Amino acid sequence: MIQIRNVKKTFNKTEVLKGINIDIEKGEIFGIIGQSGAGKSTLLRCINGLESYDEGSIVVDDVLVDIKNKKVLRNLQRRMGMIFQGFNLLERLDVYHNIALPMKFWGVPTHTPEAKEKILNLIKLVGLEEKVHSKPRELSGGQKQRVAIARALALDPDFLLCDEATSALDPEITKGILALLQKINKEMGITIIIVTHQMEVVKQVCKKVAFLSGGKVLAVGQPEQLFVWPKEREIREFLREESDKLPATGVNLKLFFYGEGNQRPIVTEMSRELQTNFNICWAKLEDFREDVYGSLVLNMDKKDLEKACAFLDEKNVTWEVIE
Amino acid sequence: MSGILSTTGMSSIILTAFKQTLYMVFWSTLFSVVLGFIPAIIMTLTAPDGLKPNKIVYEILSFIVNVFRSFPFIILLVILIPFTRMVVGKSIGTTAAIVPLTISAIPYIARVFETSLRETNPGVIEAARSFGASNFQILIHVYVKESIPRMLNGIILLVISLIGYSAMAGTVGGGGVGDIAIRYGYQQYKTEYLIVCSVILIAFVQAIQMLGNYMYKKMS
Repeated sequence: MIQIRNVKKTFNKTEVLKGINIDIEKGEIFGIIGQSGAGKSTLLRCINGLESYDEGSIVVDDVLVDIKNKKVLRNLQRRMGMIFQGFNLLERLDVYHNIALPMKFWGVPTHTPEAKEKILNLIKLVGLEEKVHSKPRELSGGQKQRVAIARALALDPDFLLCDEATSALDPEITKGILALLQKINKEMGITIIIVTHQMEVVKQVCKKVAFLSGGKVLAVGQPEQLFVWPKEREIREFLREESDKLPATGVNLKLFFYGEGNQRPIVTEMSRELQTNFNICWAKLEDFREDVYGSLVLNMDKKDLEKACAFLDEKNVTWEVIE
Repeated sequence: MSGILSTTGMSSIILTAFKQTLYMVFWSTLFSVVLGFIPAIIMTLTAPDGLKPNKIVYEILSFIVNVFRSFPFIILLVILIPFTRMVVGKSIGTTAAIVPLTISAIPYIARVFETSLRETNPGVIEAARSFGASNFQILIHVYVKESIPRMLNGIILLVISLIGYSAMAGTVGGGGVGDIAIRYGYQQYKTEYLIVCSVILIAFVQAIQMLGNYMYKKMS
């Protein structure tokens, strides 16, 4: 488990992290999302000691991450594999030796039969059996990231940190990588922390997510809570939702459907009952794993608003008037 | 006269000279590569983006390298005479020529090596750090190993420029192909010497460059 308490960091007189508090439970896939410059990569680099922080504490399984205590830090780093946006493989080493590199750093033999078996198993896990002796330049982006994942697992870590790991890949390849991460999480019980600016990534795999903005945690929660009806203006702006396309006349009412909610014909029912017409001006359906979540914006006359809200309350539909 | 190349006198003169050239270039390359590697590593480590940034050390080394690189070789040759005498016991001859050749090559190759090493992808260095690698391990397994093809290219460039400089080393009695071209070809108006020597040097440089390209491909 990782406990981040009031972590602050200033870089060149700019406050990059302004008191971050996050708890990451063992075995979960935790997302950290936000725009470029929100401080999410910096936070991740603080977790495994690539960067120092000025205030607060980061505690990983009761061990404080302290960049000055090199010995303790190295042992922590051994337990945290990391993958990157740019893959960061060694160009002159083949797939096998890239994966073996962290073992080499730790003095683990890499050419004994057991080591060979282990490395080949990792290669199999990431599906690159055909590429054991290929150099990185012969691989595609997705394949490179698979090698990087295998490398990050070479020391049997408890945590896997992903720094924009899919940002350089196209959507199809991204899906494959995310499926692999899920498999690793499920089968090996490795806690995964994903830093990304891609909504799709969070939606597909994260159990919990923190939204970072300007060095602060704006919200933490399940992705469906955070992104289907975001209360925070900044999250809505991040999602680039309804904001600027709505009609300026009348009132705009936003409805949220959660799980089974979208199975009911709410809008047509409401129209009939209130004997009035609405203009549906924006709608979104989100496919969150098993469930479908949605939101809808109706434009109506001001006089109908009160009745509409009462109707929705009666039907247990969450709503919000958009100013 | 039965064709220039069959002239025994000329072919043996040029053969001896070619061996002298090889001798000077080989040893000065070897010494300067070994001796230039050390400041290159220190500069890489202490550079602003290095593993142990240290502005003072880096700037001082960098300054020394620049000073020595800006010396015209012919002047270095003369200035170094006392030093050469100290090192090899004499100041004239093929062996003596190796000293100024090496001294002029060290800062050159140091800079080339430093540039090669610092071109290492910073992401790869960060990845190694994230796995808990020590600075020494990063230096050996990442910086040096990843830079070998680039450094090899630098050595090829060095060999080629040392072939050129070794011609000047004839001035301190170093001998070599270039020296023959000047003394026989230019000063004694024996044009055939000038031509043969030039052809040999061109072929030699071409061969070195081809070998270099082949090895670069093999290694990267």
